[in-house]
Amino acid sequence: MKTMSLETRQNLIIGLRYALLILISAIFIFPIVFMVVSSLKPDIQLLRDSGSLRAFLPVGDISLNNYADAFERVPMVQFAFNSIFTTAVSVGASLWLNSMAAFSFAFLKWRGKAIVLSLIIATFIVPFEVVAIPMLLIANNLPWIGPNGIEIGWLNSYHVQIIPFIADSLGIFLFYQYFRDLPDELVEAARIDGASIFQIYARIIMPIAGPILATVAILKFLTMWNAYLWPLMTIRSEELRPIMVGLQYFFQLNTAWGEIMAYLSVVTIPVLIFYLALQRAFIESIATSGIKG
Amino acid sequence: MKKALSISILVIMLITFSGLASAQTELSLWYHGAGNETERSILLGIIDDFNASQSDYTVVLEEFPQESYNSSIVAAALAGDLPDIIDVDGPVMPGWAWAGYMVPLQLSEGALDGFLPGAIGEYNGEVYAVGLWDAAVSIYARRSVLEANMIRIPTLDDPWTGDEFDGILETLQATGEFEYALDLGMAWTGEWYPYAFSPFLQSFGGDMIDRSTYLTAEGVLNGDAGVAFGNWWQSLFERGLAPGTSQDGADRETGFIDGKYALQWNGNWAGIGALEAVGDDLLFLPAPDFGSGSTIGAASWQFGISSSSENKEGANAFIEFAIQDEYLAAFSDGIGLIPATAGAAEMSQHYSMGGALEVYFGLSEAQALVRPVTPGYATLALIFEKALADIANGADVQDTLDAAVDEIDQDIEDNMGYGFDM
Repeated sequence: MKTMSLETRQNLIIGLRYALLILISAIFIFPIVFMVVSSLKPDIQLLRDSGSLRAFLPVGDISLNNYADAFERVPMVQFAFNSIFTTAVSVGASLWLNSMAAFSFAFLKWRGKAIVLSLIIATFIVPFEVVAIPMLLIANNLPWIGPNGIEIGWLNSYHVQIIPFIADSLGIFLFYQYFRDLPDELVEAARIDGASIFQIYARIIMPIAGPILATVAILKFLTMWNAYLWPLMTIRSEELRPIMVGLQYFFQLNTAWGEIMAYLSVVTIPVLIFYLALQRAFIESIATSGIKG
Repeated sequence: MKKALSISILVIMLITFSGLASAQTELSLWYHGAGNETERSILLGIIDDFNASQSDYTVVLEEFPQESYNSSIVAAALAGDLPDIIDVDGPVMPGWAWAGYMVPLQLSEGALDGFLPGAIGEYNGEVYAVGLWDAAVSIYARRSVLEANMIRIPTLDDPWTGDEFDGILETLQATGEFEYALDLGMAWTGEWYPYAFSPFLQSFGGDMIDRSTYLTAEGVLNGDAGVAFGNWWQSLFERGLAPGTSQDGADRETGFIDGKYALQWNGNWAGIGALEAVGDDLLFLPAPDFGSGSTIGAASWQFGISSSSENKEGANAFIEFAIQDEYLAAFSDGIGLIPATAGAAEMSQHYSMGGALEVYFGLSEAQALVRPVTPGYATLALIFEKALADIANGADVQDTLDAAVDEIDQDIEDNMGYGFDM
């Protein structure tokens, strides 16, 4: 009797746990379901269904028309290329630069290191919106070597969307936190074996930094993929615009809600793919950090 | 020798022609209509026609999405990178002119004769911008509903009076056929509030600001007329005649068409869609007259010239070229807005005699009042919107309007009068 009761209790707890997990999952999944389902409906039906459970069901007048219309309204392929290009270069450069900076903070001895690290971490509290205008003015006066020689001003270019975002205080901090917890013996042993600083960085530390590389890559990817304000301020030509600015193309006098949902569904795919590809390392990084905390 | 001479002539000709080609000055034009293929193709048509019509200038178009266009202009102004020709929303123009982003137009005499007042962007006695179209608001109603309830159909010359309108709302609500008698569009926050609702205040005899000085809102927003408007406004929601600030955006889009609302306060841009859904039963009725005349908002997007343009003559030439009737009519046919002249209206599909939206040209001509022409409008609009939302939600009318006046006056003082003599 006692065993049965315990079993029942355990089943109840498991059931409750699953119910809670399903509820939490639903909170995260329902907006995506709503987005995808709505992308298949004409505007009037989408708006009418939005107040009922029909909003989550592919019922009524279902078609892919919104996708066709969205592709017609916005040069989506060009925008997607721009975003993929700027994001890929930024993520790659960011992983390299920030990990090197963090390596320096974690393993090298130099004067003022603690102060510089504190200053970098202090920049966390400054929102991008605060520095956007000074950054715009600086970028507008920086030199660049273009097809016509040295030109002044970075506006309306790919590099203005990439270079200012490579160095990243959060990335440096996350790498530093991870490196700091690695055993010093790793570095000492490599030094005794005659490895140079770059060899230690490239051959000893980075190969075991997979989880933190994945974490920083995902965070950077999201920041760059969702870039909106900065491109809005610096990019004039449609040929250079990233994908998130394209979302604004649908807000006309009569907002094209179905097309917006179709556009968002397409825009979300690369984010999901990128996350799914790195999720194991990402979760490992969080779990590891938690244990070490 | 002959061969050398021929080559020399050829080289000279090439240099001459390449010189001629490069003599064409490029004019940059920034436009807010990215994503609107119809607008784009019409504008590109105008640009092509202009470029082909003369050999001095070539206009090059850069498009921006409307929602973020103003931010792009402000960023460009900060960076000293404004284009030659910009388009600007009517109420925003004074701010940009005051900030030094724009210079007055230098159009030929008579170029703007016959233009709707709302399409002419005038500030400080000078024309800074001109629009190819205007927009207007009216009451959407079903003839069958009005007739079934024995409600008089108002005309431009004989609109509903304030009391009559109020009684009609009560009558329609009492039928029990509708969730609400009137949909004001409370779900459309932002510029809709000052654009669509300040005309009611003006019809009561008040205003958002004292237009004789543009230095205070005291007495006009919170005076007797303002308070009378505020009381009526609040009563619409207290009596359950109109959905309030929590209105669902979806209901705003489809509520009138679905029969949830008996009447709807809406713009001409939604007219074609409503006609397709409702058919011939649909009426576009003038704003009621609460005592000081029927009034509706005016001024939409317009073309102007940036102060940093080095080719102002060419920019003026393009704008003057673009405001020909045939182009105004083309824009109207394409995007459904009101052509800026009577001649263009007659050429247009929807606004010509017997056209589905014909009534709107008359409304714009007779009732349009531009929003306050002051650089402080952006702040004024935000304060006004908040006050109206608060009153709709039950705040004390006099206190709310007094607080709004204080805030508006403080903003004017903080900005040293926005260029008006203090």
